[in-house]
Amino acid sequence: MIWAWGSLAFWALATALNVWLARAHSRNRAVRLFIPALFGATLLLVWEGLVRSLGVSPVILPPPSMIGVRIAESLPILWADFSQTILKGALSGYLIGCGVAVAVAVLIDRSPFLQRGLLPVGNFVAALPIVGIAPILVMWFGFDWQSKAAVVVVMVFFPVLVNMVAGLKATDALQRDQMATWSASYWQGLFKLRMPAAMPFLFNGLKIATTLALIGAIVAEFFGSPTRGMGFRISTAVGQLDLPLVWAEIAVAAFAGSAFYGLVAVIEKGVTFWHPSQRGRA
Amino acid sequence: MKDLSGAQTVIEAKGVGLVFETGDGPLQALKDISLTIERGEFVSFIGPSGCGKTTLLRAIAALEYPNEGTLTVNGMPPDKARQSRAYGYVFQAAGLYPWRTIAGNVQLPLEIMGFSRAERAERVARVLKLVDLDGFGKKFPWQLSGGMQQRASIARALAFDADILLMDEPFGALDEIVRDRLNEELLKLWAATSKTIGFVTHSIPEAVYLSTKIVVMSPRPGRITDVIESTLPRERPLDIRDSAEFLEIAHRVREGLRAGHAYD
Repeated sequence: MIWAWGSLAFWALATALNVWLARAHSRNRAVRLFIPALFGATLLLVWEGLVRSLGVSPVILPPPSMIGVRIAESLPILWADFSQTILKGALSGYLIGCGVAVAVAVLIDRSPFLQRGLLPVGNFVAALPIVGIAPILVMWFGFDWQSKAAVVVVMVFFPVLVNMVAGLKATDALQRDQMATWSASYWQGLFKLRMPAAMPFLFNGLKIATTLALIGAIVAEFFGSPTRGMGFRISTAVGQLDLPLVWAEIAVAAFAGSAFYGLVAVIEKGVTFWHPSQRGRA
Repeated sequence: MKDLSGAQTVIEAKGVGLVFETGDGPLQALKDISLTIERGEFVSFIGPSGCGKTTLLRAIAALEYPNEGTLTVNGMPPDKARQSRAYGYVFQAAGLYPWRTIAGNVQLPLEIMGFSRAERAERVARVLKLVDLDGFGKKFPWQLSGGMQQRASIARALAFDADILLMDEPFGALDEIVRDRLNEELLKLWAATSKTIGFVTHSIPEAVYLSTKIVVMSPRPGRITDVIESTLPRERPLDIRDSAEFLEIAHRVREGLRAGHAYD
């Protein structure tokens, strides 16, 4: 019982400290990082305390310490899964999908026919359920990471396309008239004005796509994969009731997803430093 | 530089008419506009909203195309004149690109027109000095005041050294103090470069202070009601605006606007 009361007491104290810090010192950068860190630590501690004191079965919910031990024990497995699913499947699919989406957005923007014809088709593809297309793409591209990358391409393509198409329309009449007064060619207008102006929109799509890429790559492995990969590991470990390993994979996925999103956000900050939404955060 | 012997026609309009197709049917934006502008003149277009003064300037710049009459710039159709870099255009808003520095913005038309890197740097430095912005080249537009941004946009229009400068209410959004200063600087710039300037405004004092020729326009349909040749000397200190001559011209402009039912 000491675990339950102890963790609840810690929770109360930490929350009080956080509320006070957020109110009094939120301008300090270190404090701003400390507040969510303390909140996360509290969450883990309360989890640990309640699971231990209430005797919850590890199959239902293992305590975080057990997950931590499992992560430490299975680093080679986790790394192999990570590189199979994230580095090969998700990342290559993300790069291909986003790159093709940007190129198609430029084509669509140039041609009213494609705008009417291709956008609805893109919309249709985006509405297909991933559990439906993943097995088909596994059939087409084989068990290895290529089929996972294909699923990721399908998933990230549409949100990036829609955002980029909107971004290419984001210039106003004045800016286009200016380009006209300098007799700029189509490509000059595209690269000097419309591409830069579209960047804030593009990065919205790219950020959404990071999470979609991870989900796609992991879920696609449920429908066939070599004997490694995060989705493969999760589905087999559940079958073996090895829930701590499932949680370990989830933790890796969560960290990888956050890092991926964070990386794109940092690049965004560098590229769109001029945008009003970024200027204040210097 | 200036050819004082024989005046040279730069812009010539003969019976120009322009109709916009709108949702409510056709709208006669310009009707029977005839006008000649000589080299080195400072011509203001004045009139109330909807009188077509901006449309006329845009037609000269080949941003709109007339339906009737003939319009030539340097003896060419406007779009040919544009391709030969006949004019720089300053819009109502500075319209600087926020991802480019001031120097980067000023050299943008130079990049598009294919000037060499060295020549770009030299020209940017020169025009920034001309509009009194040297030292601000590395700043971004959003770090500058509205007046400085508009000066940068004038520098950008000057950078490729076109003979004609078209300005569409460039100081309309600025407060009166800044506007006075920029007007004064614009006159100096005009004297220093001997360019032909077309200037749209709805301020009578601004038009009279700046111009050698004032074109008074009235709406529905947009037409010219009066063309006033200014008798003021080319050298104009700010206090010339209190002189009897100035007030007389301003009065005539006001009469012209009234005659065109501009106050309806």
